[in-house]
Amino acid sequence: MSSTATTTSTTAPARSRPAPAAGRNRPGAARARHRRLVATLFLGPAVVYLLLFYGYPVVQNVVMGFQHYTISTFFTGEAPWVGLDNYREVLGSPLFRTALLNTFLFTVGSIVGQFALGLGIALFFRRRFPLSGLLRSLILLPWLIPLIAASAVWKWLLDTESGAINRVLVGTGLVDTGVPWLSSTSLALGTVIAVNVWIGIPFNAVILHGGLQGIPDELYEAGALDGATRGRAFRHITWPMLRPVVTVVLVLGVVYTLKVLDIILGLTGGGPANATQTLATQSYQLSFTTFDFGQGAAVSNILIVISLVFAAVYLRLNRRAVDE
Amino acid sequence: MNTVRRPWLHTAAGIVVIAVLLFPIYWMVNASLQPNGATVDTTWLPLHPDLTGYRTALAEQGGNLVTSLVVALGSVALSLLIAVPAAYALAQFRLRWAGWVLFGILISQMIPGIVIANALYGAYADLGLLNSIPGLILADSTAGIPFAILICRAFMQSLPPAVVEAALVDGAGPVRAFVSVVLPISRNALITAGLFTFLFTWSDFLFALTLTTTEDVRPVTLGIYNYLGAYVNDWSAVMATAVLASVPAIVLLVVAQKYVAAGATGGAVK
Repeated sequence: MSSTATTTSTTAPARSRPAPAAGRNRPGAARARHRRLVATLFLGPAVVYLLLFYGYPVVQNVVMGFQHYTISTFFTGEAPWVGLDNYREVLGSPLFRTALLNTFLFTVGSIVGQFALGLGIALFFRRRFPLSGLLRSLILLPWLIPLIAASAVWKWLLDTESGAINRVLVGTGLVDTGVPWLSSTSLALGTVIAVNVWIGIPFNAVILHGGLQGIPDELYEAGALDGATRGRAFRHITWPMLRPVVTVVLVLGVVYTLKVLDIILGLTGGGPANATQTLATQSYQLSFTTFDFGQGAAVSNILIVISLVFAAVYLRLNRRAVDE
Repeated sequence: MNTVRRPWLHTAAGIVVIAVLLFPIYWMVNASLQPNGATVDTTWLPLHPDLTGYRTALAEQGGNLVTSLVVALGSVALSLLIAVPAAYALAQFRLRWAGWVLFGILISQMIPGIVIANALYGAYADLGLLNSIPGLILADSTAGIPFAILICRAFMQSLPPAVVEAALVDGAGPVRAFVSVVLPISRNALITAGLFTFLFTWSDFLFALTLTTTEDVRPVTLGIYNYLGAYVNDWSAVMATAVLASVPAIVLLVVAQKYVAAGATGGAVK
């Protein structure tokens, strides 16, 4: 750090001095070199970090996907090449199809729920009323607490025997015995989606609320003169104006939801009988419970591809829609 | 559009919405104050608050809370140190490859954490970084660094070039200008970036789960997970741990609300 300070202090005065036309070449080159040095100093650590902690893992996952990379690899250092065996095995297993379908349902269900409820709340809080600021900031709480803490409380709320939700349902006579929210193969996925919707509402509500605040009031005033109020104002003013924000929320929402792991591991661990197994949890279990890192990498590579393809397709479609 | 006819009716409706949304968090606090969890039904109000759950939680998870705190603070320091100068370079230097770096950061947001964990496990095993605080700090900063770069860059782009030029004319080099002019002006962006890095790291579960194998270095999130893995017979201790793990989020929301709001929206408008 001290060496840079000296370089900068020696070259800085040269800046303010008007360079003579003949000697421009040398100071110019020195200055360019100096500027490159400063840029490297500022940006270099971040680039190195991103390459080590994002670049290397991605490359390593691609490589591991073609290797028989297991727990013994850590002792022998050997990871024989197996070509496409990992992919063949993973894609051929019935569990993969379950996980793929669950990932799809989990993502679509979560996004639809989060977006619809988040938009509803954003629209509600667009109007200013007493305490609206305080209440709006409280919305963020579910999003800020650790996901695993949220999973813990939901697991207790949803407990079949003595969870609060079942106690209300049984107490009011709606059901005779506690509903096995998390332990029934037919209910677990829906329950996990509902919890994930709860976690995602704050993010959607806050971002969409920000987008709504950006729509100028004059548009609504002009619209009202033309008879556009409520539903029609929403369709013709709010929705088109909100579109860029909606794109951001949906793309980020899908990308984040595809990789959700905490909530599922915390609530069900992928069970019962793989009913809540997604590609992310399957990749985790292949790598860290069966210690087959090759297959785990194969599944996570498929997950990356899905994520990238979705983002590319959606952004392309959306751009076209906006252009029209 | 911004004012309503019957404001208090709206307030009442707003309170109902928030009450429903926050009920699980209320329940977490309520259950943490019950004398014992699963055997006796939790009452709806903690009329006879009992701190046994917290006593158990602190006895069993106290060390893990300290681990989480150390890792989170370390990650904040590392993330800001790496991200803030980078953000400044991306915002103010006219660099040819700045676009590529930004593109890389955006793509990085699509990389699932499990991909990073898959690869880091092997690398960490070789380097002896498993079960270590530095290992967790480095891995956990994968959330904070890209976020901090994006937040700070967005802010620093709005800095008028004249501010920095004035310092340069006064004889300061780009490093001095950055430290003595840009950093103080960017205070709010730095606080926002720091707060969120703290929350990301404090909440980290995936790296805690995959990059630690022993009890030595165990963040509190993993402590909660281990409670959930077995049959839970003392919910008040689990809920007390969850409350303790949620304290930073609650405190930040109360004392640093404007930064939290800035981060929540800023993160999306990349």
